[in-house]
Amino acid sequence: MSKHLVAARRALVVMAGAVALSAAAAYATTAEQLLAEYEAIARKEAPGFTGFSAARGAGFFRATHGNEWSCASCHTSNPANPGRHARTGNVVQPLAPAANAQRFTDAAKVEKWFKRNCGDVLGRACSAQEKGDVIAFVRSPNS
Amino acid sequence: MNIERSLLYLARSGWIAALLLTASLPTLAAEAKSRSLAADNAAWRAECGSCHVAYPPTLLPAEAWRQTMRTLDRHFGVDASVDAAAAVEIERFLATNAARGSRTAESEPRVTTTRWFRHEHDEVAAAVFRSPSVKTAANCAACHPGAASGNFDEHAVRIPR
Repeated sequence: MSKHLVAARRALVVMAGAVALSAAAAYATTAEQLLAEYEAIARKEAPGFTGFSAARGAGFFRATHGNEWSCASCHTSNPANPGRHARTGNVVQPLAPAANAQRFTDAAKVEKWFKRNCGDVLGRACSAQEKGDVIAFVRSPNS
Repeated sequence: MNIERSLLYLARSGWIAALLLTASLPTLAAEAKSRSLAADNAAWRAECGSCHVAYPPTLLPAEAWRQTMRTLDRHFGVDASVDAAAAVEIERFLATNAARGSRTAESEPRVTTTRWFRHEHDEVAAAVFRSPSVKTAANCAACHPGAASGNFDEHAVRIPR
């Protein structure tokens, strides 16, 4: 398969995943269900997928990715803590479901914020692997 | 800042208008107040209020709000995009309840650089807005404790150290 075809196929898989997740918008969800959905997408995006990693998610969460901000710029390096929006100073409630039961209960909201924040932090969309790693990190007991 | 007074200032800037003000003050104030504070929409509150105070629609003219809604993916340097259905609903709400009259002359769709905002805050030093506890003039709640519920009464203002 040519490079273009691979890229096109990958884009299609990503779009299909986004559509599947937004179709689930009206349904309540949990971090576990989201992880299963991201895993299905990640397997299609990368045939070598070997699972999500809280440790990799932690590294990703706390690092910058070419832009000024990291995830931690607004969420702090510990997702169980409240943060402050790096630009406006607005309080950001904790991201960890253990500290904030509202988190990861609405698939459309999760996708909305990944779209916005990945754009700001990485200048591109996040892969399902990256999203899953981050969720694995924020729901881990020692996050 | 007393929002009722601010709105009156906006609606009636100029001394000729001031002469007329005495007679029309109660009606205008009531009208302006109900338009600014009663206007509410769940999507607007949720989406616009998640990073900053959901600015009352009456603070900017309709065209400025339309421009804001068209460029949400690069909203003051941040991606604030919303889904298509929410975008339509919020834009309609903002445009319907937008500023009318003199404020339509504002050149930039930014609440904190409007003539009205600068006038209301002319006694606040620029350093206050830049201080670590405030960061930006967009952080209304830093000094207006009731900002989230639309209360900008100047008697309640507490400027953090």
